[in-house]
Amino acid sequence: MSAIYIMWLRQLKRYFRSKPRMIGSLGQPLIFLLAFGFGFGKIYSQSGRGDYLQFLAPGVISMGVLFTGVFSGIEIIWDRQFGFLKETLVAPVPRLTIMIGRTLGGATVAMMQGIVVFALAFLFGFRPQLQALPLALVFMFLIALLFTAFGTALASQLSDMQAFPLIMNFLVMPLFFLSGAMFPLEGLPSGMALVTTLNPLSYGIDGLRASLGMASFYGMGTDFLVLSLCSAFLLVVGGYLFSKIQI
Amino acid sequence: MKNSIIQVENLTKKFGDFTAVNGVSFTVEKGSIFGFLGPNGAGKTTSIKMLTTLLKPTGGQVLLDGKDPVTDQAGVRRTFGIVFQDPSLDDELTAQENMEFHGVLYKVPPLLRKSRTEELLKVVELWDRRNDLVKQFSGGMKRRLEIARGLLHHPQILFLDEPTVGLDPQTRNHIWNYIRNLNKKEKITVFFTTHYMEEADRVADQVTIVDHGKIIAQGTPAALKKKARAKTLEDAFIRLTGHNLRDEDASNAETMRMMKKMWRR
Ligand SMILES: Nc1ncnc2c1ncn2[C@@H]1O[C@H](COP(=O)(O)OP(=O)(O)OP(=O)(O)O)[C@@H](O)[C@H]1O
Ligand SMILES: [Mg+2]
Repeated sequence: MSAIYIMWLRQLKRYFRSKPRMIGSLGQPLIFLLAFGFGFGKIYSQSGRGDYLQFLAPGVISMGVLFTGVFSGIEIIWDRQFGFLKETLVAPVPRLTIMIGRTLGGATVAMMQGIVVFALAFLFGFRPQLQALPLALVFMFLIALLFTAFGTALASQLSDMQAFPLIMNFLVMPLFFLSGAMFPLEGLPSGMALVTTLNPLSYGIDGLRASLGMASFYGMGTDFLVLSLCSAFLLVVGGYLFSKIQI
Repeated sequence: MKNSIIQVENLTKKFGDFTAVNGVSFTVEKGSIFGFLGPNGAGKTTSIKMLTTLLKPTGGQVLLDGKDPVTDQAGVRRTFGIVFQDPSLDDELTAQENMEFHGVLYKVPPLLRKSRTEELLKVVELWDRRNDLVKQFSGGMKRRLEIARGLLHHPQILFLDEPTVGLDPQTRNHIWNYIRNLNKKEKITVFFTTHYMEEADRVADQVTIVDHGKIIAQGTPAALKKKARAKTLEDAFIRLTGHNLRDEDASNAETMRMMKKMWRR
């Protein structure tokens, strides 16, 4: 238990000490809110769907969570290169515990990032219903957990950062763009519908929208179930891969 | 040796076609100080990694306090502490936070953790800098912190992979005195590597010399000196391992690694 706590605390300390990273990771959501929220807003409302910013904001919040989460997970590669990973690998604590601690830490960081993006969107005019805000936080945390575990599982298989652009361009970007973050899920062409259905992030964003008072596509229960199962699965897989790391 | 705490039999590690550790066998007696010596690239660190569950052996058998690092990783991890040859600190944390982190992972009770952290940071003369981030430390200061951290919990076996590299003579003396004291008082078995032969001569009860992954000599420092008809352990070492420089036949990767190491210092 204390091992989980100290791993968690370490992730938080590292995050708060790296101001450039905190600020830098806000740049992308900011651009999306501005460029798309205001750029596409007119077309969207002309098609009779209302205010695009209200629709887009949960997607952009999820994007902040997604990127920070994957990145926190992938940080293991740095730990490997700077050597700190060894210190945790030989400790008399099950490696699964270590992995869970650092994943929870990364997920907490990712969720906080999501809250900051939330506040940013609010400044730009995002006005969701806030009665079910705790539920929205739950969904943000589930997204964070899922993708931090994903990053951890991936990074435990990599020895250096060379694959990083590959991961960003061929995994994280598609996860985001093919998720319903930017467009409604109703009436998609069947190929696209299949892809979005297979993408766990779709359920995260759908759940987040639902908990903020917007229409849900899958239903909040399904969203919750899919996210929880995927997270649990990735934690187990990540824990296994992590326990097999050799240096 | 019936009282041995480390038993290694025919230990082998291959990286592709290259055999880094080639059928090494030795035992370490409980409560002794064991020097594992050898030229660069001899396979010392690779052996330690296999003993400490970081690397799976290609062949052979290892027992630490009767436990096998391959099948009983958790059991083995409870028996030892280690100071790595390569850096393993978290640069973004302070010296004290690094100590604390280690203490929690190794379940050192809070009060003991506090008092030992203070004691050790004073031994390595970092107490005044305890709240500074490690990334602001010099190379030698980082090394000292690694050692202090490694000594925070008192395991049965302590692995020290070139612990004193890059440290000034006073600090080296200080640290070795502390370690020898631990060895005497708490019966901690010490397994160390070093390239400072006079250091090995002074502290080791038993010495094993490896070269190209194979053991070439074993015994007390006195016995090795006698065998090689040398005055110092350094002369004995050179006589036993030959004069040729290591980078001559070292692979490209090894040369790069050495250059990187030199650069870091
Ligand atoms: N991961 C690896 N992949 C391939 N070769 C490796 C790997 N790790 C070590 N080696 C090789 O194994 C040999 C032994 O390396 P090792 O680090 O054990 O040497 P060492 O005795 O600790 O040397 P030094 O005194 O320089 O620390 C070297 O030739 C090295 O290049
Ligand atoms: Mg070495």
